[in-house]
Amino acid sequence: MKYIDEYRDETLTRNLLDEIRRTVTRPWKIMEVCGGQTHSILKNGLDQLLPAEVELVHGPGCPVCVTPLELIDKAIALASRPDVIFVSYGDMLRVPGSEKDLFGVRAAGGNVRVVYSPLDSLKIARENSDKTVVFFGIGFETTAPANAMAVVQAKNQGIQNFAMLVSHVTVPPAISALLESPDVRVDGFLAAGHVCTVMGYWEYEPLVEKYNVPVVVTGFEPVDIARGVLMCVKQLEAGRAEVENAYARSVRREGNEPAQAVINQVFEPCDRPWRGIGVIPMSGHRFRPAYAEYDAELRFPEVQTIATKESSLCLSGQVLQGILKPNQCPAFGKECTPQSPLGATMVSSEGACAAYYRYHRYAELQIPKDQTPKPLAPEPELSVV
Amino acid sequence: MWTCPLPLRNYPTIVMGHGSGGKMMADLIQHLFAPLFANDLLGQMGDSTVIGGWRMADGRSSAISNQQSAIGDLRLAFTTDSFVVSPLVFPGGDIGELAVNGTVNDLAMSGARPLFLSAGFILEEGLPMEALGQIATSVANACREAGVQLVAGDTKVVNKGHGDGLYINTSGLGLIPPGVEIAPNRAQPGDAVIVSGTMGDHGMAIMSVREGLEFETVIESDTAPLSCLVEAMVAVGEHGDSPLHCLRDATRGGLAAVLNELATASKLGIEFSERDVPVRPEVHAACEMLGLDPFYVANEGKLVAIVPEAQAEAVLAAMRSHRFGKDAARIGNVVADHSGLVIARTGIGGSRVVDLPAGELLPRIC
Repeated sequence: MKYIDEYRDETLTRNLLDEIRRTVTRPWKIMEVCGGQTHSILKNGLDQLLPAEVELVHGPGCPVCVTPLELIDKAIALASRPDVIFVSYGDMLRVPGSEKDLFGVRAAGGNVRVVYSPLDSLKIARENSDKTVVFFGIGFETTAPANAMAVVQAKNQGIQNFAMLVSHVTVPPAISALLESPDVRVDGFLAAGHVCTVMGYWEYEPLVEKYNVPVVVTGFEPVDIARGVLMCVKQLEAGRAEVENAYARSVRREGNEPAQAVINQVFEPCDRPWRGIGVIPMSGHRFRPAYAEYDAELRFPEVQTIATKESSLCLSGQVLQGILKPNQCPAFGKECTPQSPLGATMVSSEGACAAYYRYHRYAELQIPKDQTPKPLAPEPELSVV
Repeated sequence: MWTCPLPLRNYPTIVMGHGSGGKMMADLIQHLFAPLFANDLLGQMGDSTVIGGWRMADGRSSAISNQQSAIGDLRLAFTTDSFVVSPLVFPGGDIGELAVNGTVNDLAMSGARPLFLSAGFILEEGLPMEALGQIATSVANACREAGVQLVAGDTKVVNKGHGDGLYINTSGLGLIPPGVEIAPNRAQPGDAVIVSGTMGDHGMAIMSVREGLEFETVIESDTAPLSCLVEAMVAVGEHGDSPLHCLRDATRGGLAAVLNELATASKLGIEFSERDVPVRPEVHAACEMLGLDPFYVANEGKLVAIVPEAQAEAVLAAMRSHRFGKDAARIGNVVADHSGLVIARTGIGGSRVVDLPAGELLPRIC
């Protein structure tokens, strides 16, 4: 596939890995912020091909994973109402609430639908004027513009029976929180290319200055990630700390200004709780007063009283901060699997635990045998290690 | 009060994931159905069940063998399948064609020559007569193409809102020629793993229609009867001995589900190379857009074969000369290592586990 295959090229990836190997002289811990990157790394087996000095730790950038349990319970309460059609991105349906998930609500007769675009929920609203269509507006700066646009269009088109349950979060405050935390030790960051496509990377410049830590804007294919790691390692080895762009085919410093404008038109910054991590100041979005009529929590005020506590068995908060690798969690693969997940990190296609479970178990099986990971398949001509 | 023989985790009710061909469905079968229905024949866990010539593992004749005097030396393949696809008509086929080909293919995966089908039609009040006529015509045409006779049928009508227009159940009987021994547990270390063509066409054809996705070329379902292809593959063997160890049609759950089932049944590992698996560019593109993995997407006219290394090239050549196998490709091997696990060698030379899908395929958020 054009514009994808080029960035999955084995020779290009191998050349970049070779250069990383030549550049690195000491151990570095680099966090890929985005869950999409985590999945790509494990799906392609990139982590096995990196030199031992470079350790990739997985960041909090999985929208499904960081959406608080409380909000899932609110979604479930709304979706269970006979007068509501609850509309969501597919990933959210299997995330466990305190008692059930949205699939369970659907099986019990709730009207729960999956869409690819929030604008589809306006169509559903027009076709079902006797119901209120509630869209689950979650995600980072990547989903925020389209979600905001749906609200703007609802207002322009006079669609009254539409509301949004909002739990938007933003990346830079989360990176600040990680850098402030005494438990987290990360030498450099691979910033999420899609978020930066929308927001640009000017937001990271003050962070880099304040914390003296390199940030490299990085894409999602193996070549992109290998290039991001190489640029980060080069900075670390040279003692530099700058914002660099390894995803220039998609990202400009200023980002997508019309997209930023529509976010700002509908939403304003606010404190947000992150699942497993806690409240991070000014790390999310809520409706501006001008659009408050579309706030599902105001439309259905009874959900405001729902307050839920997390299961203590699930250590996903530590996984999301890169303190713990998924396979270091005692529940990993035992009490917690994709079929019966304890936390959202085991559910989402971008969750680090799910990525480890899906792609990494063979490597896990190999390590106890001889204490060293070994090349997994016999064909030596393909082996880069 | 009914109690579940083995506790089912998580869901007190059926959810869509229980029908997805993945782990949830496997759990449902293993924990709820299997303990109640268990018998030697059902225990074969093939796409169709082979009846006759059946021996217990310790060499004793099973109950069914006592009936062999009636059946003689013949071995029957028997299977059933239900079709609930929406929309009823999609690019490349319709539910009628699918209902015939699905059951024909399940029979063919035992190496059987499909002979007889039954069809049960569950019709929803309000279904246009013209639509039913079109689909029934498809059933008739597909039977003719596959060389099977529809010899038993049933029609029921349910109230408006209690069915998605039309559901079809088909059951099928076929005859297995002497010398053909195909079963999910017959894979041997070193065997070659072959797919008969491009993966993911049917699932993406349906999903594109459902989601209103448009591409430069329309993605068409690959629905096709594979019995002739299997006959051509069986004929590669000398003295009427089939060279095929395992066959599976890669329907729900796609290539990933089939390879996992075969690895589990054979208690062996499977390794394959991602880039050797044929995937149409438009299917690849649609999967990229929706955040899906083509290895998990359904096919309706593709099979996975496990054959001894020595005959792999001959089988592949036979497949490629057949119209339903022209894109056949060898993708990997059965290995003695990592029993029950399927490992893919990735495009950049890494490796990963290719697991059973958990439940419903879910599109990603971003």
